[in-house]
Order: sequence, then structure tokens, then C-alpha cells
Amino acid sequence: MKTVKHALLIARKDLAVELRTKESLNAAGAFSIVILLLFSFAFDPDPEQVKEIGGGLLWLVFAFAGALVFNRSFARELPNDCLDTLLASPLSPASLLTGKALANFVMLLAMELVSIVIFGIFFNVNWTRHIGELSLVFALGTWGISMLGAVFGALTVNLRLRELMLPIIIYPLLFPLLIAAIELTKLLLANQPPSPSDFLWAKILIVFDVVFTALAMMLADTILVN
Amino acid sequence: MTRAIDLAGVWKFYGDYAALRDVTLTVEQGDCCALLGRNGAGKTTLLRILAGLSSFERGRTHLFGSSPRQAHAAFLGHGIGVYEDLSARENLLFFGRLAEVPDPDRTAAEWLERVGLANASDMLVRQFSRGMRQRLALARTFLHLPKILLLDEPFTSLDDRAITMLSELIVESRRRGATIVLSTHQLREAMVIASHVALIENGRLRHAGERTETMLDDPGLLYRLHS
Amino acid sequence: MRDKLAIGLAAAAAGLLANNLYQMFMVLPDEALQGAIYRILFFHAPAAMVGMIGYFVALTFSVLYLTSKNLIHDSLAASIVEVSLVFSVVNLVTGSIWARIIWGIWWTWDYRLTSALVCVLIFFGYLVMRRAIDEPTQRARLSSALCIFGCVDVVIVWKSIEWFRNQHPGPVLDFRTGGGKMDPAYAHVFWMNFVAILLMATALVLVRTRQEATSREIDSLRRLAHTAA
Repeated sequence: MKTVKHALLIARKDLAVELRTKESLNAAGAFSIVILLLFSFAFDPDPEQVKEIGGGLLWLVFAFAGALVFNRSFARELPNDCLDTLLASPLSPASLLTGKALANFVMLLAMELVSIVIFGIFFNVNWTRHIGELSLVFALGTWGISMLGAVFGALTVNLRLRELMLPIIIYPLLFPLLIAAIELTKLLLANQPPSPSDFLWAKILIVFDVVFTALAMMLADTILVN
Repeated sequence: MTRAIDLAGVWKFYGDYAALRDVTLTVEQGDCCALLGRNGAGKTTLLRILAGLSSFERGRTHLFGSSPRQAHAAFLGHGIGVYEDLSARENLLFFGRLAEVPDPDRTAAEWLERVGLANASDMLVRQFSRGMRQRLALARTFLHLPKILLLDEPFTSLDDRAITMLSELIVESRRRGATIVLSTHQLREAMVIASHVALIENGRLRHAGERTETMLDDPGLLYRLHS
Repeated sequence: MRDKLAIGLAAAAAGLLANNLYQMFMVLPDEALQGAIYRILFFHAPAAMVGMIGYFVALTFSVLYLTSKNLIHDSLAASIVEVSLVFSVVNLVTGSIWARIIWGIWWTWDYRLTSALVCVLIFFGYLVMRRAIDEPTQRARLSSALCIFGCVDVVIVWKSIEWFRNQHPGPVLDFRTGGGKMDPAYAHVFWMNFVAILLMATALVLVRTRQEATSREIDSLRRLAHTAA
């Protein structure tokens, strides 16, 4: 399908540029390590406390370091008016958004992998016990962040104070996704068996991803075409 | 002759301010229309509408019967539209694949040769001189042999080599039946290559018609007639 | 015409409010368990309801704008969001005052207060974004998109925070002590105050919409002047 083909083209292009420059990855990676380091000094949590707050800490790190990734998402199309060139091409706005979200997704997952390894080392947490389920939670949570990051990166790309505005707009919207991801991560890191009510969190993640991806596709033209 | 571009009663508003007022313009297939007008007249607004980059509030716009968003005219705006962190070849490959050219690798190589960038094909664009960037931009715009070309002040800040290249590409495109709309302040160049001329002032179309010999001899005539 | 309507609505709201205040302080007795502070309910809950209704009415006008491209719809949407935000903040402040007096704490992560706070933050972002865009058509387009995202998110926020609180029980901001229904006398004043606050909100929306239209007019005159110069 053309939309998928074009989306993959955009994602490949963004990832190629990112692999060459490593601007976002280096910044996000360094930022996440600094937050983890500061946290361990500020609170010096014991193993029981780590079980309680580990999920929250990780997803806060992902959300804040992630901002450095999705902030660049559409900003890299501004030099030389590349965004106009893309929009005038056979590429649909929906493909462009999807491609950007895919690129964000891959970059965020890379940053999360680094973060969780460091987290495991700093706080002596074995996170590999439920690596399958954890990967699924990370994937679902990260997709929501990536898609919203792409949408609001596009929305704010030509605005004044873009870097300030993007976090103000996006974090409240991510609230339900972050709660759900935090609860599930906490459960998995603590090696607790999930109760039936915990599956509600998985449902929230899936609903969030599906609803906002669909909404993004429907409003892609509105967001990108002046 | 098929109507390549058909605008009827187009209005474009920014808030309550009308940037384009009741613009009706047709361009037949194979014509080259020079869009003239002072800064702020509405030339860029009109081109952006034709390129599908801007919406409009009233009227209708068709390019070969399709909406601008579906027609995918080639657009060269004020920016060169290439990525600084990709090489020349990577840029052309990317845009070639986007435009679905049959053999992107071969097309990219041919165009790099054509615009004199074959030896710099693996250099990153950020390392290019200004002249090299301009030539790459031309390659990017023309590589998929578009049926409609929309060029916004394409001659501005081009060096001599690039001006010659662009003029040749325009002539060649017309020969293969492409339709061109270009906005420009370079009246002399415009009158030489254009078959038709349109003048916009304060968002209104003041004149639209064939480029006459008189205009060729006296490029500033239209401005004086309609000011 | 719109000005007369706004004045009329404001006058009706003021009259109703005056009557309600009389009822609250002179007629109704203190609540058995909460005492005098109970009366804050008559502002706290209606403000929350007006705020929430407002966001979804703004959503309707945002969707209308995207189909009609009529900037009046955008002005209405923006004005309603602004006014709703004010009443949502009133909701948070009155809730905070109530919690301080009843429990001795300024804030509690009760699911309704928390959800209300997140909604305030979402639509605060909406207003911040609007201020950063000078061109009215672009502002209308992007605001409409953000309003749609915001309202869809509001629904998910409410449900998810409610579930969170079910798993992590905490203090609940419920004015109905004993868990029973509201006394009919109280209910009557409650709903009359809801109407008063709704009328007040509508009057404010009309005033703000007028200001938005004037600001657009000034913007277009400025553009015209720059083009003519």
C-alpha cells in the first residue's frame, strides 16, 4: 500500500539522518542517564522502594528524554523548506505523520533499551524476568508517545517557542498512557502476577494507541496543510 | 488543448484579510505562464495553492481535472528543498522514490551527471557551495519529468551557470509538453521563456494573456499599464 | 444585538445568584456533618459541570469550524474554552478549600480533582498555543485539531484515573455524607446555582467572542495597511 511504502521511506530517511548525526539519540541517551543518576543520589531508594517507584521513574525518564527526540521530528524538515517539498510531493500527510511516528518509535526504543540497562545496574533490578511482557508494554507505551509526538511536532513546527510549547501541550495528553504504562511496568519489575483488574491498564494502552493513531490519520491534512 | 491549470473564483483569506480575491486563471497544457506582481501581491499564495500547500476558502482549483493535493505538481519554492545531512545521491534517491520514478538509482546518477554534481555525489549537502545546492535543487525538482512545474522566483540568487541550466530545463520541459507557472521579478528572463503572462496586484488578477512582442521589447510595460 | 444579549444574560445570572445566596445563607441550615463549609458545594460542583460541558461544546464548534471554515465558530470555540477553564479552576480552588477545612489538607489525589487538574492542563495548553499563533486562519485550524485531541483525551483521562483510584484508594471528595441522595431543598438551590453559573458563563462567552472578532478585524486592517504601504 502506498501509504505504508511512503511512511517507510520517511522513517528510513529520518533514521539514516539520525544515525549519521546522532543528535537526538545522544541527547536523549545522556539525559536519561543523568536523570537516573540524579534520582539515585536524591532518593537513594532501598530495593522495596525501587519496586514501588521503578515503573514511574522509568516512564518519566522515557517521556522527558523522549521530548528531545520528538522535538526534532518535524524541526528537521524546516531547513531549506523541505517540509513544503514533502507536502507538495505524492506523499500524503497521513504517510508523513506515520513515517515520523515510526522513526520516533525506533529512536525512543533505542533510548529505552539503554535506560533500562542503566536502571538495572544503578538500582540492582532484574528486568529480564518478564522480558516478553515488558517489551510489549514498552512497545505499546512508546507507540503512543511517538504518534502524539509526531502529531504535535507537526502542529507546533512553525510556531514561536516551539520547544517550550510542545511539552506543555503533550504531557497532559499523555497522562492516561503514562499511568497505564507505569502500572504495568511496576507489576512486571516487581515480578507480581497480574490480577484481572491489571489487564485494564493494557486495555487503556491499546485504546489510547488505536484512538489517537486513528485521530491522527483523520486530522493529518488539517494539521499539515495550511 | 487540455486545461492543465484551471482556477475559478478563488479567494484565500488570512483571518478576515483577503490575500487572493476572485482569481480566475487558466493555463493550457504546454504553456509557460509568468506570474508577475510586486512583493505581497499574492504570487506565492497562488503558487502554494496550486501546489496543494495551502487551502482556499472559495472557488475551485483543478490541475488536469484533479485537486491540487492529488495532482502533485513539482514545486520549487524559496527554499531548495534538499536535506543537509544527506548526500546529493541520497537526496535524489529519496525524492525519486517518493515520486515513484521507474529506476531511482539510474535516474539519480543521470541527473547528478546532468547538473555537474557527479563527482560530489557522495558529499553531504551541508558541505556544498551555494551554486552546488542550487543545481541539486534543480535536479530534485525536474528528475521525475513532472507534467506541471510551479516555480516561485526560481531565478532569484542563482549564479550564471544555474540560470542557464534552469532556462534549458524549462525549455526542455515545455518541449515534452509540461506546463509551467513561474513567479519572478526577473522580467527580462520571464518574457523570453514565457508564452503567457499574468499580473497580480493586491490579490486580484489584473491581466492574463499571451506574452506579446511588445512585452518582450519592454518588459516593464504591464506594471506601468496596471499601476 | 449580541451585546444586549450578553447584558441580559449577565443581569439574569446576577439576579439568580443573589437569590441563591440568600437561600444558601438565610434559609438553608448548615449540613449536619460538614457544617457551614457545605455551602461551597453549590459553587464547586456546578463550576465543574459547566467547565466540562463547555469543553464538549467547544469541541462541537471546533468540528464545525473545520467543515465550515467560518471563523465565528473558531471564536466561539476559543471563548468557550477560556471561560470553561476559568470555571474549572474555580472547581479546583473550591475543592481545595473544602478539603483544607474538612481534612486539614489543601490537596488530595481524589480521582475527580486529579482528572479535573489534567483537563485544566490540557486546555491551558490550548490557550498557550493560540497565543503563539498570529495568523487567524492557521490559529483556528490548529486550535480545532488540538481541541479534538484534548476532548477525546478527557474521556480517557477520567476513566483511567477512576480505575487508578479504585486500585489505590484514597480520600474521596464526596459532599454527600452518608452516601445518600441530596436533600430536596439543597438540590433545588444546587440546580438553581447551576443555571446561574451557566448563564454567567454564556454571557462571558458572548463578550469574549466579540473581542475575538474585533481582534481579527484589527489584524486584517493591519495586513491591508502593510500591503498598501
